[in-house]
Amino acid sequence: MKAAVLVFPGINRERDMARTLKLVSGTAPNMVWHAEHELPAGTDLVVVPGGFSYGDYLRCGAIAARSPVMDAVRTFAAKGGLVLGVCNGFQILCEAGLLPGVLMRNENLRFICRDVYLKVERSDTPFTRGYNAGQVIRVPVAHGEGNYIADGETIARLEGEGRVIFRYASPDGMIDPNWNHNGAINAIAGIISERGNVLGMMPHPENHVEEAIGRTDGRGLFAGIAEALEKAA
Amino acid sequence: MFPAPASDSYGKSQVMKARVTVTLKTGILDPQGKAIEGALRSLGVEGVASVRQGKVFDIEIEGGDPKKAEALLKEAADKLLANTVIENYRVEVVG
Repeated sequence: MKAAVLVFPGINRERDMARTLKLVSGTAPNMVWHAEHELPAGTDLVVVPGGFSYGDYLRCGAIAARSPVMDAVRTFAAKGGLVLGVCNGFQILCEAGLLPGVLMRNENLRFICRDVYLKVERSDTPFTRGYNAGQVIRVPVAHGEGNYIADGETIARLEGEGRVIFRYASPDGMIDPNWNHNGAINAIAGIISERGNVLGMMPHPENHVEEAIGRTDGRGLFAGIAEALEKAA
Repeated sequence: MFPAPASDSYGKSQVMKARVTVTLKTGILDPQGKAIEGALRSLGVEGVASVRQGKVFDIEIEGGDPKKAEALLKEAADKLLANTVIENYRVEVVG
């Protein structure tokens, strides 16, 4: 795995992400500053980490999405390269037009920082091959704007094409408004692009990868990506 | 004693004042507007039927051509100021 983790002013989860990538794949990622016009040669995974790029000014992710490095990411994604966006990274990918829809203020207006349960909808993507379809994983969220919406046509297309990859769920995998903490439409927590090579998700799988933390549910995602890349190489 | 800051509009050849107003599209849930609505009610401000929160950008534009200015403002709104998935915008050149 030759990962590139993008770094924007105000991002604060890039080191968690780098630590996890090294832990799971054995190789430390390149940290790529937002002003770069190119990704390091041989990059096979771009990760847009969480945090508060540009202090969430204007709209979450809006300014970062227009950075020079995002043009390089767009080119990389257009060639089929794998792109993972977590939390603010998901917001940035939506603002950049790499994924449809938008992350709105949480329905209850609160910043929510706690563990949630996710139902993994599909295991046949490069991101989720480390899980079984229908499996429930427990991972943390930390966001004030995670309430996913898109127009009706887009939602119908996402659902019809099986592009909703993670949904907020109860511990036994039921989709229930009581377990949809931010009010996202159809309890959507993560989606992939039409081509299936760009994943955006609000929760932080990178924070549940070590026994010392108490849970390792997020490990499957990174191990799966590493495997997919090895297979493709 | 103090020189005028470089960003000050004094001394520039011509500057037009303009405004871009960004509002949420109808049907998009606005939790912030709802909270403000509730606060107004609890403050005893009577007769508020609903509140929707938006954004206003006051922009100074170089040059004196209002047509050009309007095109520039639309470009700014489409490229950055508004997310047209959920927001509408209106541009005005005030003069």
